[in-house]
Amino acid sequence: MIVEHLMELSKETLIKIDEVIPKYPEKRSAALMVIHLVQDELGSISDESCSWIADKLSLQPINIKELITFYPMLRETPWGKTHVRVCRTLPCALRGSYGTCKILEDKLGVKEGYVRDDGEYSIEFMECLADCGEGPVVMVGEHTYENIEGKNAEKFAKLLLDKELNSSKEFNSYEETLVVAPPVSKRTNKKS
Amino acid sequence: MIKKSTPKERRIILKHADDPNYSNKIDCYLKNGGYSVLKKAFAMKPEDIGEEVLKSGVRGRGGAGFPAGMKWKFLDRKSGKPIYLICNADESEPGTFKDRQIMYKDPHQLIEGMMIAAYAIQAKQSFIYIRAEFFEGARILERAIEEAKEKNLCGDNILGSSFCCDLVVHRGAGAYICGEETGLIESLEGKRPNPRIKPPYFPAVLGLYQCPTIVNNVETLCNVKHILEMGGDEFAKLGKPNNTGTRIWCVSGHVKKPGYYEFECGALTLGEMIYDVCGGLLPGRSLKAVIPGGSSSKILRADERFTGKLKDGTEFDWGIDDIPLDFDGPASAGSMSGSGGIIIMDDTVDMVEAMANINAFYAHESCGQCTPCREGSLWMRKITKRMCSGHAREEDADLLLSVANQIEGRTICAFGEAASWPTQSFIAKFRDEFELKAKNDHSKPTLQLI
Ligand SMILES: Cc1cc2nc3c(=O)[nH]c(=O)nc-3n(C[C@H](O)[C@H](O)[C@H](O)COP(=O)(O)O)c2cc1C
Ligand code: SF4
Ligand code: FES
Repeated sequence: MIVEHLMELSKETLIKIDEVIPKYPEKRSAALMVIHLVQDELGSISDESCSWIADKLSLQPINIKELITFYPMLRETPWGKTHVRVCRTLPCALRGSYGTCKILEDKLGVKEGYVRDDGEYSIEFMECLADCGEGPVVMVGEHTYENIEGKNAEKFAKLLLDKELNSSKEFNSYEETLVVAPPVSKRTNKKS
Repeated sequence: MIKKSTPKERRIILKHADDPNYSNKIDCYLKNGGYSVLKKAFAMKPEDIGEEVLKSGVRGRGGAGFPAGMKWKFLDRKSGKPIYLICNADESEPGTFKDRQIMYKDPHQLIEGMMIAAYAIQAKQSFIYIRAEFFEGARILERAIEEAKEKNLCGDNILGSSFCCDLVVHRGAGAYICGEETGLIESLEGKRPNPRIKPPYFPAVLGLYQCPTIVNNVETLCNVKHILEMGGDEFAKLGKPNNTGTRIWCVSGHVKKPGYYEFECGALTLGEMIYDVCGGLLPGRSLKAVIPGGSSSKILRADERFTGKLKDGTEFDWGIDDIPLDFDGPASAGSMSGSGGIIIMDDTVDMVEAMANINAFYAHESCGQCTPCREGSLWMRKITKRMCSGHAREEDADLLLSVANQIEGRTICAFGEAASWPTQSFIAKFRDEFELKAKNDHSKPTLQLI
């Protein structure tokens, strides 16, 4: 195929793609999973990627394009290097998520829905992230941070800007607390 | 986060979830007796398992509350087509965060429940449709499935029998409508998740690849394990008739201790949940309204009286605090328990702003197939947003209501109702605030929720 040599996917991704397709009774069902794999590596799905994926699944490019343009998490242009998702929906809003988003916008220097000019940061308002009891919820990449509000949000944004969120240990993500299951008191970002 | 059980909780599904010594690895699950119920199931006839589930009276935990045993009975077994089992792990109804706790902290419980269900309905292929925002959740499930396969508890020749059922984790991509079961099926077929019209597309008859398919929620499928463990009749003793088992309630919004709490159905009232379990309202605030079953359910006003007759004939006269937390309680009060997401609002909330926030959700999430839903949800967002920006008009309440009324009942899927019920109920209960907005046209908007 003409498109094949244009795609720059790593060997690992290609292997993963070849593994995921036969898991489904019908090839087309693998579309979302293949798109995820390509997007994880390339950051977005170009027209060229659409054609390549379609080819892989014996579909037409439009069958992939119609997915990219429908699903909120599929992208035609990439987000920033660090992508920040802020939950916007009512339970989080009641806990101040609109204020949180404003703080993040100000500190990171980029408006919600956009990528900063240098490509470092992007912010996205999301609909309910299914963690409403600990809102406002903010995701950085694949990690979920809880109760990011007010002063907490200021501190959070600063650490994020200084690229010290992980090393500071001041904020533990939902995912991190699972692995080690620390006692409740270890969580500094928990309201009393 | 890790939460201690409050004394009155009855944790069955979440029994181990927040135990600091418990992990989501298979060794830990096995040490705690895991997969012993699967062994028990394989010693039974598949149809007998279905009977137990029917006897248990367990109702679906995904939102509609349909009895699971009955749904399984509707399966078209005569067609000879393969049967599919799908776990709905989309968890996208605003205010709901229970399935997350199960999948991240106790994934093997779900896998065991699913393999029992698959055996009972004789499905040879099963899927977990998980929302894409659960990045780590999908990885945890995939790891857990691998672990289970290694021990012959899933996949080929389960427990050395001739029964095989593969289990695949399928990730969505951020669309709420993928929680609607026929939208989910379209999505799993690799298409846009446009819901299908019922009839004829009842999944139990014409589901995935036009084959008979059972779609059940995460919590429902976990319950299958517990039903078989204790027996359908014993399970039915938990909770109340027609409201059996436990439920995981998710409380969010303006209370001191929001969170997820598992109780027997009907074990407590909404008031007990708010004040005893969740520590009451924030200091100096008073209760204004409650949305009892996810953002799609109708809002309840704190000073309302709820009167009527229960199914068993007894009359009731409740204040908001008296509403029993089970399936029938919120329904009797004119709303529904839906997905179990209880959203609490105190007196600081501007109801028009709250409405605008909810409308923005539905406008964003409509799949766009049906004109009333696609256009109506956009107009409702536009109107409420304008109202909050200092441009409210006197006729807005009626305008909103007329848009909502023209969506309800005129669409392919229940999203139409989900989008119109909030508006209808907000206007019915808080019309004064919508009208006041027009009078105070030039007042400075607070704009905290939109
Ligand atoms: C708009 C809409 C969104 C839904 N979202 C979910 C969801 O996120 N999770 C879920 O389990 N059920 C959801 N449902 C309900 C499903 O359609 C279906 O009834 C449910 O998965 C069946 O499982 P159960 O019988 O075990 O509850 C939704 C329904 C509608 C109409
Ligand atoms: S009601 Fe709305 S979400 Fe459901 S099928 Fe119609 S347009 Fe799509
Ligand atoms: S509303 Fe923010 S996680 Fe649900």
